[in-house]
Amino acid sequence: MPAALTLTDVRLRLGGREILSALSLTAEPGEVTAVLGPNGAGKTTLIRCCTGLLIPDSGTIDVLGRPAGSPSANDRIGLMPQSTGAWSGVRPRELLTYLASFYVEPLPPSDLIGALGIGTFADTPYRRLSGGQQQLVNLAGAIIGRPELVFLDEPTAGLDPHVRRQVWELIGDLRSAGVAVLLTTHAMDEAERLADRVVLVNAGRRVAAGTVAELTTQRNLEQVFLDLTTPGGQL
Amino acid sequence: MSPLDLSPAAAPAPRARRVLRHAAMEARLTVRNGEQLLLALVIPIGLLVADAALGDRFGLTGAAFPASVLALGLWSTGFTSLAITTGFERRYGVLERLVATPLRSSDLLIGKALSISVVATGQALVLSAIALATGWAPHPTPGQSLVVALAVPLGLIAFAGLALILSGRASAELTLALSNLVYLAGAAAGVLLPPALYPAWAQPLVGLLPTTALAESLRAWAEGRTDPLPLLILLGWAVAGLALARRVFRWTS
Repeated sequence: MPAALTLTDVRLRLGGREILSALSLTAEPGEVTAVLGPNGAGKTTLIRCCTGLLIPDSGTIDVLGRPAGSPSANDRIGLMPQSTGAWSGVRPRELLTYLASFYVEPLPPSDLIGALGIGTFADTPYRRLSGGQQQLVNLAGAIIGRPELVFLDEPTAGLDPHVRRQVWELIGDLRSAGVAVLLTTHAMDEAERLADRVVLVNAGRRVAAGTVAELTTQRNLEQVFLDLTTPGGQL
Repeated sequence: MSPLDLSPAAAPAPRARRVLRHAAMEARLTVRNGEQLLLALVIPIGLLVADAALGDRFGLTGAAFPASVLALGLWSTGFTSLAITTGFERRYGVLERLVATPLRSSDLLIGKALSISVVATGQALVLSAIALATGWAPHPTPGQSLVVALAVPLGLIAFAGLALILSGRASAELTLALSNLVYLAGAAAGVLLPPALYPAWAQPLVGLLPTTALAESLRAWAEGRTDPLPLLILLGWAVAGLALARRVFRWTS
């Protein structure tokens, strides 16, 4: 089966600084690929390139067999952005119903609301939700269209352990259903628990890649992270 | 974890549905927003009531002033509301999220245009009804009715272009501050204060503003004059505004 996502030698400069530097990686269907890196390493920029929001200066990005940002690619992906991702006055049920309307066979919003425990705050304006509640709504929005490839930008940042486990379980379900999941995270335990493959990024470069087992033959994942990356993700 | 069927099955809904759902969402959020309602309805209604109670304002006759207030309402909807909404959509990552859906950028823009049209139509109906109830008696010519039928959409497009230029580059906070300032400046420049009230040297400049062009079209309509010249001004602003917006707009802040 072809890779769901392939980046080849992607370079991008913004504001005179190289944000992505000859970055290459792949994400496969039915696997979780974790992109690990310090703040500022280029993880969110990488996702923005994959959705076509940013255009690399060189290199290629292939999303589900199509160029990144092409309508036929963006129709089949899901995105959980790191920041809010919703109007401040919108209600979760309203937002999910709206997003579902863009697809022919979406997940029923009521089922998703029930499965993720959003029901108690489904009619509360987004701005009044806690950070964790907003994260759950964002996650629901990312998967409501039944994507083939889903980008989760720090999906469990700020979540309490109960909700974190719930999200982990959902990510596992996505993998089992054959979805390619690319997630960014700082949490080593998250990567160890979920990732089939880990790509370690520093200053926009891939500094290590492999399965957790391959990367941790000598040291634990956190030590690998500390040894191969720099504070702020800069050289 | 759940009985959800997460197997991939993403397929885009028909375009008309996407556009209409987006337009409906935008219109709902606009109507729900108190600050935008203040600009869209409360201030114009206050002006209409004050006009009815106090008599002619700013040297405008009884027929012209409500027409100017209608233009003010359209200015707030087409420019200020759109700029603020879009600025915060960028700030909150709404546009970033929508990129990764079947909603194309053209769908989003058409949806926004539809939303503005719906809100502006409702606004015009409410303001016109109140103006008529308080004694407004416009006596339009058929020719100027045709001019207004073109001037209103062209004016909204021109205002929208300006709104997207501002909100597509500036931060949400700066957009909020500037769009309110520009609203006041536009209200003074040609909408409520016609060019004739300005010094002779400033009149040609004020006359070339899109706010003036729309307000003059509506005033001419209300007063029974026929004046198609503002259409050219609005067309120029609409084309230039959209072209520049397309060039400078950024989806993320």
